[in-house]
Amino acid sequence: MHVLLDNADLFLEGFAGSVRLTVASTLLALLLGVALAACRVSPVPLLRALSATAVRLLCSTPLTVLFFGVTLGLPVLGLTSLGYFSLAVLTLGAYSGAFLCEALRSGVNTVDTSQAEAGRGLGLSPVQVAWLIVLPQAARTALSPARSIIVTLAKNSALAGGFSVPELFGAEKALLERGYAVGVVFLWVTLAYLLLIALISGVFLVVERRLAVPC
Amino acid sequence: MLSPRPSPLFEVPGQRARRRHSLYTMLTAAAALLVGVLVLVRLSGAGQFTAALWEPFTYEGVQRRILTGVVDTLTAFALAAVLSLLLGLLLAGGTLARHRPVRVTATTVVAFLRAVPVLILVFTLYNLTALRLLLDRTGTTLSGHLGDAGTWAAVHVTDVTLWALVLGVALHNGAVQADILRSGIRAVPRGQVEAAHALGMSRTQTAWSVVLPQAVRAMLPSIVAQLAVTLKDTSLGFIIMYEELLYVGKLLAQNIATPRGYPYLPVLFVVGLLYVAMCLAISALARRLARRSTRAPNVSRDPEESRR
Amino acid sequence: MTARPSSSGRRRPPAVAAALAVVLPAVLVTACGRAGPVTGSAGRPDSPPRYPAARDVSVPGSSVHTRAVRRGTVRVGVKSDHPFLGFEDPVTGRRYGFDIEIATMIAADLGFPADRIRWQTVPPQARETALAQKDIDYYVAAYTINDERKKRVSFAGPYYVAGQDLLVRAQDTGIRGPGDVRGRRVCSVDGSTPYQRISQARYGARVVGHDSYAHCVQDLITGMVDAVTGDDAILKGYAAQNGRRLRVVGRPFSREPYGIGLAHDEAALRGAVNDALQHHMDNGDWLRAYRATLGRAGGPLPRPPLLRRY
Repeated sequence: MHVLLDNADLFLEGFAGSVRLTVASTLLALLLGVALAACRVSPVPLLRALSATAVRLLCSTPLTVLFFGVTLGLPVLGLTSLGYFSLAVLTLGAYSGAFLCEALRSGVNTVDTSQAEAGRGLGLSPVQVAWLIVLPQAARTALSPARSIIVTLAKNSALAGGFSVPELFGAEKALLERGYAVGVVFLWVTLAYLLLIALISGVFLVVERRLAVPC
Repeated sequence: MLSPRPSPLFEVPGQRARRRHSLYTMLTAAAALLVGVLVLVRLSGAGQFTAALWEPFTYEGVQRRILTGVVDTLTAFALAAVLSLLLGLLLAGGTLARHRPVRVTATTVVAFLRAVPVLILVFTLYNLTALRLLLDRTGTTLSGHLGDAGTWAAVHVTDVTLWALVLGVALHNGAVQADILRSGIRAVPRGQVEAAHALGMSRTQTAWSVVLPQAVRAMLPSIVAQLAVTLKDTSLGFIIMYEELLYVGKLLAQNIATPRGYPYLPVLFVVGLLYVAMCLAISALARRLARRSTRAPNVSRDPEESRR
Repeated sequence: MTARPSSSGRRRPPAVAAALAVVLPAVLVTACGRAGPVTGSAGRPDSPPRYPAARDVSVPGSSVHTRAVRRGTVRVGVKSDHPFLGFEDPVTGRRYGFDIEIATMIAADLGFPADRIRWQTVPPQARETALAQKDIDYYVAAYTINDERKKRVSFAGPYYVAGQDLLVRAQDTGIRGPGDVRGRRVCSVDGSTPYQRISQARYGARVVGHDSYAHCVQDLITGMVDAVTGDDAILKGYAAQNGRRLRVVGRPFSREPYGIGLAHDEAALRGAVNDALQHHMDNGDWLRAYRATLGRAGGPLPRPPLLRRY
């Protein structure tokens, strides 16, 4: 117990860091996921091919390799003004964005074609059909896999601790350095992640309720 | 006659739409080319395409080192895969047990293991003195009883970095596999179980010969997809200095200085390529199994569902 | 409606590509690999000096030495990733660097020629344990002598006095000492003593931590950080490794005497190692070794330090 109390500042800083990383990366992942999904279902074959390749590559590369690629590659390209936090957010956002794209795409595929046909029959443009009819229904189906993807993103944010971003894994490393018992530190850090995951699940519950069809 | 539609959102394109699509295609191609050229120019400006930076790969020693990295990755993966599947089986059985305490314990364990990031698990196990003591004692027993072979085994098999990684990855992925198996078992129609009971089979016989094979066959794509995740997780070994592919790559890159700097990017490119290849091989297997299992009449599952 | 993967047309290419990309390295290894170390790979001195091994050396009272003689080899703990200091070529496995030279000199005076040395890379957190359990006979790897450590191990030397210093880009004239890092980004190894020292409020630096100096140096080259801080011996190695691009500022702001780590109860061996160090400092080997390794970073040539026997 005293591990937590004596090092409350370290724990809080770590927790705040993890939360910051998760929130920022989730936003980027959502943006990228929707954009990539739009490309994947667009009628332009080149867009479909390019986005399919990008998504497949991102899903098949380990996050660790991506992290190294971004933190070592982007500075070489000259983008040195991005701090380590932004680089971590970019990596996590891109990685989870690819998975979100796939989740969204399967969601889109579960929407009955008759819905889109009815929309077209009413004279709506493809963009309107996508935004007003297909996407809300697809989102409802995709909500459950999306929740697990975001939870995974929160857990993956631990990796950023190995790349100079303050968060919970860095806090664990620092505490072990200070000589605290491994088991105790592990338990507290796990509890922190459980809290984070509970928060994310809570947010998704709210969203689910908003999107639910009243019976 | 309907030409094949790429998605339910769009109709078969007419003439104007086709012209618009050609315009979009050209714009996309132009944008992609622009970005590509910019990146290549910047990279070559930083000297990333000079021969000196790529030369190390032509050396036999470097190639051998990379190959051992691949082998060590696959070793850790094989061990973690087997352990995670066994653990998944055990925990899935636990979560569906008749006795309430067993069920509650198993469910809690699964939830706990799924909530911990794999990195934290691996790192904690590496720093756990209990694990090191256990491995040390195993090592001394091996070398004591088996002589020379034992010493070799003691050195190579009781490496704490290997087992911290394998156990960490196996524990987390085992919990995920447990959930996958559980939904597979739940999806087996009750009629099967009832028929087995009617034939006089015991609970264990039913579980092993009737329920499990069907559950596994139904969830096989998801299980294999989760194995791809297990493979990617082995790359976390670099944090605890297990000599898997990424660690070897990093070591090579930082210890080989060329006049143009460290070959981090070329090494990462090759390492990334190898990982992508290994992952694609497993995903291709998952897709083939998905196609084969949808032919089975009783259960069908979306292979993308439980995958990360 | 179950999802039909829209990339179904690419059924075969991924599997074939996958198989190829895994088989290719194997083919490369058997086919056209060049043997030997990578040219330009770090840490190889121009013409490494050679030290004649003494014969029939006995160190009465040293169990470590007796055991080593019986074994026929001496085990030395070193680092493998400090270029020109304690470095292992990742391709050939051969060792180079100033610490390696010092260790070789000592082994020679203890009666072991260079080919009878067994090098072991010992991670920093395990070095006291390795010495206490006599897994290694002595330890030569940028090991700073301090009283805290003297409670667990004993030291011969010092054989080099290092100090915390800064590594900067050659054209960056703005940083001339620790006072100039205010507001600048400085990189060091997570949790190390230099990291903790530069994190002090009085320097006002924006400190970044990585897991290795090499990563820090890479960031320095690309411009992500403005300076790397650590022991000047380590920094000089990186400066030498990167040609004219990096330079060590040359204003050390701490004192790090490097010593030879020995087991706590090996007083006789300590005396013998100190004698060996003195011998090679007096006959010019020390300076020659420095010039061939760390001296390649430029800067003034140091003098061998005074040994502190105890």
